Amino acid sequence: MQHLTNRAKPVDRKPMTALEKLYLWNIAKGMWITLKHIFKRKATINFPEQRREFSPVFRGLQVLNRDAEGRENCTACGLCAVACPAEAITMEAAERQPGEEHLYREEKYAAKYEINMLRCIFCGLCEEACPKDAVYLSETFAPSNYQRKGFIYGKEDLLIPHPKLEPEAYQQALGTRAKRQEKASSN
Amino acid sequence: MPDEKKLFKVTIDNITIEVEPGTSILQAARKIGGDVAPPAMCYYTPLKGSGGKCRTCLVEVAAGSTADPRPMPKLVASCRTNVMDGMIVKNITSEKVIDARNGVVEFLLINHPLDCPICDQAGECHLQDLSYEHGKEGTRYEFKRRTFEKVDLGPFIQLHMTRCILCYRCVYTADQVSKKREHGVLDRGDHSQIATYIKNSLDNDFIGNVIDVCPVGALTDRTFRFKNRVWFLKPMDAHRDCPKCSGKVTLWNRGDEVYRVTARKDQWGEVHDWICNECRFEKKETKDWVIEGPTKINRHSVISQGHYVGTVKPREVLTEVMNGQAPRLLMDIHTVSEVNQPQIELSELPGPATGDVFENKNPKEK
Repeated sequence: MQHLTNRAKPVDRKPMTALEKLYLWNIAKGMWITLKHIFKRKATINFPEQRREFSPVFRGLQVLNRDAEGRENCTACGLCAVACPAEAITMEAAERQPGEEHLYREEKYAAKYEINMLRCIFCGLCEEACPKDAVYLSETFAPSNYQRKGFIYGKEDLLIPHPKLEPEAYQQALGTRAKRQEKASSN
Repeated sequence: MPDEKKLFKVTIDNITIEVEPGTSILQAARKIGGDVAPPAMCYYTPLKGSGGKCRTCLVEVAAGSTADPRPMPKLVASCRTNVMDGMIVKNITSEKVIDARNGVVEFLLINHPLDCPICDQAGECHLQDLSYEHGKEGTRYEFKRRTFEKVDLGPFIQLHMTRCILCYRCVYTADQVSKKREHGVLDRGDHSQIATYIKNSLDNDFIGNVIDVCPVGALTDRTFRFKNRVWFLKPMDAHRDCPKCSGKVTLWNRGDEVYRVTARKDQWGEVHDWICNECRFEKKETKDWVIEGPTKINRHSVISQGHYVGTVKPREVLTEVMNGQAPRLLMDIHTVSEVNQPQIELSELPGPATGDVFENKNPKEK
């Protein structure tokens, strides 16, 4: 038979000697390995209290972005929905009326915007497709839920907090993205 | 002898074809088809006198004819130049042509707002296709782009002059298809614009065709404005018995709702059967139409995305297994989802939806 690796060894099927049958030496060897691990760095963390930093390329829950004045960036162009391989995104567009200029950046906006998190595979293609920097994947994940209906995320769930009315929540929602963008623009 | 027509032999990009005398280079190239056919933004076969304005169809003539094989000194507009016997034309095989075309696209885009995410023409826009093929990613233009106010030309047509490339197609359409022309190009040079004199509205029976001939999103259908993107709609060939026109149209459906009605276009984006305003703007119900079948869309077009052709559905065995009992549905998506609400009929709105339409959830009451 052809071996897959050159490290394959034939199994030793010799009967054990009396000393080996006592297992004492092998137990001691095993315990020594266990003992060594007590002094090693732990691979786990105490999750809810401690949290790991997200990788800069982590793709989490989608966020609908606002510009610096708090107007929604999304113009319901449908490119995220057409790019979505899981067909998780749906939207309905409306025309901005006079007097709504402080709410929406352009003359067309998404009156309804929904992402079905049961379908979403967090591939990030919506973020790549977006021409308006309106949708991006944040550094959180979709929380678990007992019911399916908890996974249909509407605009109120997805919109980023208002940068002027709730600046702290806005900064938190931005995550390390703002810093990364600053870094990228300074380079 | 007079019955026997002499055919002209013309070579375009090393492909030889025989065409009738009086054919333009563009038409000869279209007979070959594929990449050989030069793009055209202003030329429109059914419209007499169109062409020669946009300069995107420029080609190089390497040899004028068998009688006079000298090359033409400059690139020529293929839509306005007729073939000669023994003519040798270079389109995509000529570097000069590609370079000139890139320049033309840059000029066409100088004042274009590039608001494709908002524009209703996106997905079926010839300028969009052209700039994808020939345009550069950036612009070298540093000045303020020319802007105009949006104008409603009557209740059905909206004019976005900022997007216009002044191809004159709509002017010829109004001249040749409808009985009376009320719009034209006013002013000169950079200021020139498609306009009606002192804000007339365009209303005659066939004026809706200017929407179809417009290669960009300058003239758009107000009854379809912002309702949906073309690539989420399903184009269906349909006809109806219309006393005014041929009644052969393409319906753009979403589910059972007719979002938009347009004339049927061929592979060059040209309409041959003009349709009347009644068919286009007022018959927005499936029961008005006899549906012939889905329109054939180029596989590479964005409109054909999500149209899964030739899918095989597995046999539904659940009811059989459960002794004829239908499976109990655990969730109706409309109880959770706020989009595609069944009571909101977007196709019945005369204009674009506003925020109120989705808030009140009953647009008919307004």
